[in-house]
Amino acid sequence: MERKIRVLVAKPGLDGHDRGAKVVARALRDAGMEVIYTGLHQTPEMIVETAIQEDAHVIGLSALSGAHFPLFPEVVRLLKERGVDDILVIGGGIIPPEDIPKLKAAGVDEVFGPGTPLNEIVEYIRRNVKR
Amino acid sequence: MRELAERALRGDRRAIARLISLAESGSESLKEAMEIIHPRAGRAHVIGVTGVMGVGKSTLICEMALKYREMGKSVGIVAVDPTSPFTGGALLGDRVRMNPLASDGEVFIRSMGTRGKLGGLSGAVYDAVEILDASGKDIIIVETVGVGQAEVDVIRIADTTVVVLVPGLGDFIQTIKAGLMEIADIFVVNKSDRPGADSTVNELKSMMEISEKMVPVVCTSATEGEGVDELLVEVENHFQMLKDTGELERRRRRRYETELVEIVMGRLKKMIYDEGRFRESVGELVRRITDGELDPHSAAEEVLAGLLR
Repeated sequence: MERKIRVLVAKPGLDGHDRGAKVVARALRDAGMEVIYTGLHQTPEMIVETAIQEDAHVIGLSALSGAHFPLFPEVVRLLKERGVDDILVIGGGIIPPEDIPKLKAAGVDEVFGPGTPLNEIVEYIRRNVKR
Repeated sequence: MRELAERALRGDRRAIARLISLAESGSESLKEAMEIIHPRAGRAHVIGVTGVMGVGKSTLICEMALKYREMGKSVGIVAVDPTSPFTGGALLGDRVRMNPLASDGEVFIRSMGTRGKLGGLSGAVYDAVEILDASGKDIIIVETVGVGQAEVDVIRIADTTVVVLVPGLGDFIQTIKAGLMEIADIFVVNKSDRPGADSTVNELKSMMEISEKMVPVVCTSATEGEGVDELLVEVENHFQMLKDTGELERRRRRRYETELVEIVMGRLKKMIYDEGRFRESVGELVRRITDGELDPHSAAEEVLAGLLR
């Protein structure tokens, strides 16, 4: 049975900069994954619904506007509410280091800051997908 | 597996999504689910939307789906994008144009990579359509990859095929070439606010004057939602004609014939690649072909004889 990792790359909130998200999407594509890209201005509800329909293994959230709180934890909460416990949730963007432990405590599996080597994200996903 | 199928029949979106994933990965356990799914499918109108990349297929499909929702119909969308022949990865970006549908519980959108299929679709698209159909969707829209002239597999699955063009794709000679231009049940000239739309329509009409098939031509501007009402009228007229003439049954038979043969071919391919006894002998045959000891056709005879033994 062929197994292919499916990753939803999403930009929650109002910030309009998705170059970083596109670079990551492209790198995951080149690593042999199927990347579902949804564009800007997604609500947490849209992201969770899309992840369910697309049967994604991973949700990758990107935020550069400082709105990672409350948006990232809200995605985690909505997944729980829908009874979904097998999707890896990771985040990236401009996120102050002191926020990272708080995001993780809120259920975000990992956070990647600016300058993270792309293959580090790829390897992290490969090692940690939950199914 | 039975439970998953029952849940999908009740419209459970996680179950539908999981079943489609099983179809994509070629899981053999899917058979058990499809035994339950198949008898409940066949009610939906399957619309194929195809055309060159960048003509606005995804945007048009979004507008169509919004209109169907206004009419109270539920919609399933299967959107195919290309899989990389080098890495097996894919960037599935059709949803970017479909955001207005993202939080509607009566719309289910699934993005798919072609995963090695060359005709503009993915191998799992047949199962995905059946699953969405059985789950109660009234309308199912299949979006092909951005096609070239000869990727016409969409007619094997769609009841109604919509070919989307834009102004400026070429002259009259392009319209009388075989392939893409032959498969349309409806032509759409999208981005019709751009210069040259009239001459595109005229070229299509002269093309039809010298062929025997009259195909409706609809001008749309999908980003503005213009012309979409007319398109849906033509789509409905076509479906009615299919039902009245018995053509619908013929097309459905063609769909299932294609699917059946695809499944068998897929299994054979898997046997040749995965089963030890074949892998070895195929490897040996390939060596002999490369060394010039044997031609590919004779080698194929040997493989077939082995399969049938």
